Amino acid sequence: MLHSELKAQDDPDAIVRDGRRLDHAEGTSKPLRPKPEMQPRGPRIRGNHPVDQAEAAARFIAASEHEKMHDERLWDLRQKRDREMHAMSEWEELRSLASAIKEHTLTHLDEYLDQFEANARANGIHVHWARDAAEHNRIVHGILKDHGARSLIKSKSMLTEECGFRPHMASVGIEVTETDLGERIQQLDNEDPSHVVVPAVHKLRTDVAEVFARTIGTEPGNSDVHYLAEAQREATRPVILAADAGMTGGNFVIAETGSFVVCTNEGNADLSANVPKLHIASIGIEKIVPRLEHLAVFIRLLSRSALGSPITQYTSYFRGPRAGGEMHVVLVDNGRSERLGMAEFWTSLKCIRCGACMNTCPVYRRSGGLSYGATYSGPIGLIIDPTFNARKYSNLPFASSLNGSCTNVCPVKINIHEQIYAWRRELVKQHEVPFVKKVAMKAAGELLSRPAAYRAAIAAADTALAHLPHFVIYNGLNAWGKHREVPHPPKQTFHSWYRANRGEQS
Amino acid sequence: MSSRGAILASIRVNRPFVDRPLPPVPLFDDNPPASLIETFKQNLHRMGGVFLDAPASDEGLAPIRAKLAAARIVCSTVPELAGNRDIAGIVAPQELADVDYAIVRAAFAVAETGSVLLSDAELHVNAVAYLAQHLIVLLDPADIVVNLHHAYRRPEFRDRHYASFHTGPSATADIEGVLIHGAQGVRSLSVLPLARAAGHTAH
Repeated sequence: MLHSELKAQDDPDAIVRDGRRLDHAEGTSKPLRPKPEMQPRGPRIRGNHPVDQAEAAARFIAASEHEKMHDERLWDLRQKRDREMHAMSEWEELRSLASAIKEHTLTHLDEYLDQFEANARANGIHVHWARDAAEHNRIVHGILKDHGARSLIKSKSMLTEECGFRPHMASVGIEVTETDLGERIQQLDNEDPSHVVVPAVHKLRTDVAEVFARTIGTEPGNSDVHYLAEAQREATRPVILAADAGMTGGNFVIAETGSFVVCTNEGNADLSANVPKLHIASIGIEKIVPRLEHLAVFIRLLSRSALGSPITQYTSYFRGPRAGGEMHVVLVDNGRSERLGMAEFWTSLKCIRCGACMNTCPVYRRSGGLSYGATYSGPIGLIIDPTFNARKYSNLPFASSLNGSCTNVCPVKINIHEQIYAWRRELVKQHEVPFVKKVAMKAAGELLSRPAAYRAAIAAADTALAHLPHFVIYNGLNAWGKHREVPHPPKQTFHSWYRANRGEQS
Repeated sequence: MSSRGAILASIRVNRPFVDRPLPPVPLFDDNPPASLIETFKQNLHRMGGVFLDAPASDEGLAPIRAKLAAARIVCSTVPELAGNRDIAGIVAPQELADVDYAIVRAAFAVAETGSVLLSDAELHVNAVAYLAQHLIVLLDPADIVVNLHHAYRRPEFRDRHYASFHTGPSATADIEGVLIHGAQGVRSLSVLPLARAAGHTAH
């Protein structure tokens, strides 16, 4: 464990089968019990101004119970993922296949989308195309209006977050209810999801108790997790039964059969799709795979990478409307086709939104997903968000130590850390890098290009570090002095030691 | 230009011109487990489901009858057992909101994951598998495939409009990672091994 003090001594909530404590879905492998604490909020968003990720992260870190719990829970998901990986001898082969299938499909995207559309239409699905977020929202509103629908239940979809779908629906008088527990918590708290798979992972049970007491009338101060989850089920069920329309995303789209797949643990996507007569699925154009045999590769990888479970509780396949029902698919571009033309970044479109890169990232685990102030957080966010707005998200590619763990766990082999580095270069070119960082990097660049100057500078810096007063080293200009001690300077540089000890022999 | 035309044109302009052939996908079935049903059972249990062991007597349905004794409303979609809510008479899915137990037959199961596939052919009204409080699934032990590669070769994915792998009950751990069964859908899922009646063979 990273924070053994979080481990609960007892485990009254555990569900046991065959003498083993179950940890499927997003369940932790051990009981954790943090202390109540005020929840830190995300960064202040000021229009197009660069989001100050570091500022929001500092506040998350200062809330130590939240930080430790977040760190521990996500690391636990990462360890569960490793457990699944080691149990499968073909794991690396599956990753290579997944990457190759996605790269093939993306380089033939027009053909496969065309094929999907023809096959889906033949099955009775209405297919729509949306160039951007605004068009997506207009199309969905149009479908709802045609059916006189006023209420919509939906399952979690990062694409609809990207499209600002809920605020738009609110503005046109459609009542939207999220049916995933984590997403519902975030909706009721009027806060964005902080993680692509576990949207409320940054909240403690006491935070959820506060939100539910305020919004769905649970007993104030009762933070029993079973009680809270049950209260939400009871509150949502009537809304599901009365809804005029249902909406889901789509994890995968299959060209040859004109079908799509939705993966959830709660069964909420299946309720959204199968209870109301009208089902609308909003899906990004990059989600397509050619054939069913390719789908198998991704289903085997998705939940194992995301949660360390062999599969999600529900993996549902939609090939056409049910008797008496109507099914619409909205294919959304919103910048994706343009990203396809970015030589260094197009492979980010391979992403299947498993969140493994977030769970492993030391920066993400300690900063919390809200700190990124963007739809996509964590390592994948660093390389996707700037494609939407290079200025607003110009700080994000710097929220990484470039350790490469994200790349190592990515089930579709996106070279995430290399793309993060490439974005830094790109942002400097586009003059979207803050002044202090630019001056520091320019000076470092000059120094690193001249070995003699570098050696002199290192020796001087070591001497200086040993003698400078604290406030000179730990100030706002030195990011390395924030939240960590600068290492003790060595008495001698390597170069001077080498000259003294080995110089004659070389 | 239509949005469809604009998106496809943008893809054609931006698409990287690199050669990326589509790889063949193996079936990864060189080392099958010694017993498919045993592997299925273990994985089902890991995912929160319950495997009901077949009774020693001839009465194959005995393990379910015990469960159903206390239930008020039972909706059965299988010929082996009658409930008290007739699925054939359901017009709107909302009429199933008060069902305590639903009983369905799996099209087939997957040993690798402990999943059962329920399609619109078995469910009649898809929502029954989600609105019921508990779900009981009959599985013919002959209908188990080794892994998902074999599973997606099955005809249901070309014939049916809806087919869902259920692996254990509805679950969530969105609050502090505490595992809950019955997030929005069924609170429990039990699988009873029972051969299909003659004349009801699978594909």
